[in-house]
Amino acid sequence: MSGITHHIPDELLIAYASGSLDQAYSLVLAAHISMCDECRARLGAHEAVGGAMLEEFAASDQSISVSSGMKARLMDALDEPYEAPPVYERSGVFPAPVMEALGGLPPKWKPLGMGVRQSILSHGKTGSVRLLYIPGGQAVPDHGHNGLELTLVLQGAFSDETGRFGVGDMEVANSDLEHTPIADEGPACICLAATDAALRFRSFIPRLLQPVFRI
Amino acid sequence: MLELDVDPALEVPAPPVTVEMHSATPRERKDVEKTTPSEQTLWMLAVRDKRDRVAFGQLFDHFAPRLKGVICRSGISQGQAEDIVQDVMLTVWRKAHLFDPQRAQVSSWIYQIARNRQIDVIRKERRPVPEELKQPEEVQEDASQIVALEQETTRLREALQRLKPAQREMVEKAYLGELSHSDIRAETGLPLGTIKSRIRLGLERLRHELKGTETT
Repeated sequence: MSGITHHIPDELLIAYASGSLDQAYSLVLAAHISMCDECRARLGAHEAVGGAMLEEFAASDQSISVSSGMKARLMDALDEPYEAPPVYERSGVFPAPVMEALGGLPPKWKPLGMGVRQSILSHGKTGSVRLLYIPGGQAVPDHGHNGLELTLVLQGAFSDETGRFGVGDMEVANSDLEHTPIADEGPACICLAATDAALRFRSFIPRLLQPVFRI
Repeated sequence: MLELDVDPALEVPAPPVTVEMHSATPRERKDVEKTTPSEQTLWMLAVRDKRDRVAFGQLFDHFAPRLKGVICRSGISQGQAEDIVQDVMLTVWRKAHLFDPQRAQVSSWIYQIARNRQIDVIRKERRPVPEELKQPEEVQEDASQIVALEQETTRLREALQRLKPAQREMVEKAYLGELSHSDIRAETGLPLGTIKSRIRLGLERLRHELKGTETT
């Protein structure tokens, strides 16, 4: 997909490659990489560092060896029948990792008011990730997040104080960013958004009425 | 722009195993030395294309101790580490058809599988992974592209060796999953730009080939 201008910062990409990134954020990164060859190649470059360290590792420690018999057991296991885990495919605007999180089913939208809908994909103590549906021209509900928030556009576009985000773009918002994203006029904006804590839409209607009535 | 002249000093030191030439495909066997991929790549291609068990055994001998060393760093027991190594190697065998040497070195590819399996096993959750790219039925691999990517990786390993100990430790911690994203400093001075460009070339080539097969 071309035209993507907002990519994954390196520190997030390294955290993802190394497996230290929380599940909610990892889903947003996996979805962006599914849509962006530039970040797929950058991830490959970081995995090359990981691979280089794997190569070097035993060279520095000769004492590491595997138990005898392990290789023979593995060789025997090669012929064992096994059921490959299901491979999900992109469906509509949802890339494969999002389809996997949806269990292969269409999102179950819940109304939030003002035509805005959400579908929670996962919600736990290490973070939450959801799909948001914002009608064209509508402001994204004001919501609280204490730390990092990652938002990936799957359909349509939105703009805020920091710029415009179209399909495939990923916005990285730290807790100090006070922004009011507004969906572009036209088709609804569908986003995948992850936060590090349970996301709550605070006093949704009153806060939203102000900017909406001013438009 | 492919640089094909191999500086002998840049060549990867050979692992202490003998290479059986039957593990190489005939096309590669004919190649002159400077365009021959590393033995790890040849083993992996033999596993992918011929389900070659001898080559797979060689991959195991090379990578299993390394994987165990890296996995043990996370503080889990030897036994559980070996279970994960088994799991990783079995995945290597089962997913060999997805190995694309123009986009990843064997070590990078196995690193990525190991990170996934480790998370799946320890955290009991499936790490979200990007959409797999389809591989065309008939792959015409460009040995020079494979070798060029390997040369960049060799330069990367040398750059890693040149890092000051404290910096090297930070890089190790970051790439072995011991740092959170907010503690990772991405400016390491490692030469990743050229590796990225080569992987992009591999991706573009793959996209092009897939387009070709879709229209026929």
